[in-house]
Amino acid sequence: MVKVVVCGAAGGIGQPLSLLLKQSEHITHLALYDVVNAPGVAADLSHINTRSTVTGYGKEAIDEALVGAHTVVIPAGVPRKPGMTRDDLFKINAGIIRDLSEGIARNCPTAFVLVISNPVNSTVPIVAEVLKKHGAFDPRRVFGISTLDVVRSSRFVYELDNSIDPKSTRVTVIGGHSGITIVPVLSQIPGQKFTKDQLDLLTHRIQYGGDEVVKAKDGAGSATLSMAFAGARFTQAILEATVAGKTGLVESTYVNLHADEEGTAAFRAKTQLEYFAQDVEFGREGVSKIRPLPELSAYEQTLLDAAVPELKVNITKGTSFITDAPKI
Amino acid sequence: MVVVCGAAGGIGQPLSLLLKQSDLITHLALYDIVNAAGVAADLSHINTPSKVTGHVGKDALAEALSGAHTVVIPAGVPRKPGMTRDDLFKVNAGIVRDLAEACAKHCPKAFILVISNPVNSTVPIVCEVFKKAGVFDPRKVFGVTTLDVVRSSTFVNHIKPQFEPQSNRITVVGGHSGATIVPLLSQIKQVTFTPAEIKALTNRIQFGGDEVVKAKDGAGSATLSMAHAGARFTISLLEASVSGKRGLVESTYIHLKGNAGAEWNARSTGLEYFAQDVELGPEGVANVLALPDLSAEEDALVKIAIGELKGNITKGVGFVTAIPAAKL
Repeated sequence: MVKVVVCGAAGGIGQPLSLLLKQSEHITHLALYDVVNAPGVAADLSHINTRSTVTGYGKEAIDEALVGAHTVVIPAGVPRKPGMTRDDLFKINAGIIRDLSEGIARNCPTAFVLVISNPVNSTVPIVAEVLKKHGAFDPRRVFGISTLDVVRSSRFVYELDNSIDPKSTRVTVIGGHSGITIVPVLSQIPGQKFTKDQLDLLTHRIQYGGDEVVKAKDGAGSATLSMAFAGARFTQAILEATVAGKTGLVESTYVNLHADEEGTAAFRAKTQLEYFAQDVEFGREGVSKIRPLPELSAYEQTLLDAAVPELKVNITKGTSFITDAPKI
Repeated sequence: MVVVCGAAGGIGQPLSLLLKQSDLITHLALYDIVNAAGVAADLSHINTPSKVTGHVGKDALAEALSGAHTVVIPAGVPRKPGMTRDDLFKVNAGIVRDLAEACAKHCPKAFILVISNPVNSTVPIVCEVFKKAGVFDPRKVFGVTTLDVVRSSTFVNHIKPQFEPQSNRITVVGGHSGATIVPLLSQIKQVTFTPAEIKALTNRIQFGGDEVVKAKDGAGSATLSMAHAGARFTISLLEASVSGKRGLVESTYIHLKGNAGAEWNARSTGLEYFAQDVELGPEGVANVLALPDLSAEEDALVKIAIGELKGNITKGVGFVTAIPAAKL
């Protein structure tokens, strides 16, 4: 029995994400939770002729939605409007993530938790701190989904050089999931010969890909379909490793570095960062190994140097939202 | 190049997401009266090779359609609780007619896949518009009834778990609304049904759409499952017409006259349009499969379906051929 829960399933990302997950051969039960409309979305998806059963849950049924979950994917929350940064969403989304994390701690403390809700740099620490409070935190099981940056990297590189295959060309993206914390390691793409101008352009486009869509949607929302695609891809990878036992799967993802104490000791000592996006190898328990930083070009090193202090601020904002919360 | 008309809508968006994943499509053009540019920007970030463009407003329709290989039409309004698909006619007939006129002008040789309800009437609208323009090819216009086929497999699996829903296809004939939907359950070899089961299943398949409209409680009708079904049919057609794959069979609602093998169904139903199994080929319809021997119940259902379809078809045809009083 593999139960996957989507929290925020009736939203702009949640619906297409749930559609894609309905096609997964690893999922036996797809549970859709949202404050409104989840039962309707569930009825819709339940008609698709793939093996998983689909059920929908409203606000009062959060515990029922989460109990027995193998994996919880969280796209819940509000999206950006033009001019907003992901950080502007913090006020609203932090509380939503905290409440969902409390539900997870209560009902499925050993589930894999995949966070999409922005600002990811801060919401992942929120999940971790809530789980820590309940003595239920396993750093190998909580992930910030930064896969859309990887997807965008592959696509934008292909637009500049259409001799590469965008589907199979993977780009390592390190750092975080917002603006200057996104550091695509383009220098490591085999055979690439970009000029400095091209690298600048590509890097900027990848870092602000989200803004590109927010602007094009002109108030109607942020990336939903491409985020659903990326979220489903990451979820499938987790399921293949943890359910089907597939080895060798690697994705760039934002995690708590204690998931691999030994492998990250030097990096943590140097940067004082507790969370970071990096290439991660998956295993049955989630994170199996966090790969060491790839070799960076001088340009990428400057990007990383700019990302680290911003990440520190984002992480502190997330952790202190829980640890500094007024206690009754 | 595949065009989605109504790409920013409830079906259009997830449908476009699924089509973006197809290797058979080199260019996905998204047309709608609002929001198509934002949806295109979103989808364009996905790392599959196809190009995505957005076209907004009637003035952009010509550009969207020129050079189209296939046009998929989910445009229009969905049902609210208590409505039949026929109630949508007033609004959707005009939308489909206008799109058909543009297709006849800008891509007369394209395959036209109609999702907009009521399909029983909107397909005749498209065909009559093409006839008026002198560009009608009956092998190229399809009403997408695939969701009834998908629902059939799913609902059979619910009561007979040994019936594998993904790989087993069920033929559905007649039309695409309530009593015009006739699933040929007697043709299923893998499992047997009691008469009560046949009745319950048939009813559930016929009113599967209503089930979702009710569950969504005013928030819409089937969108995600329709996207799944629509994408599946579109891909089948592309495999037959682009890749030259043979032997692909889908149940679909088409104009009978002028299609190979349709004489038997045309004679026995007395109808101009009918849904049945069709073998797809490079020109669209390669061969219409004659209705198999029906059970007594199915025979009765088909008779009822024919009665209702006559009215639906006349309504659609009349919408195009009727001369407005002012012009007399």
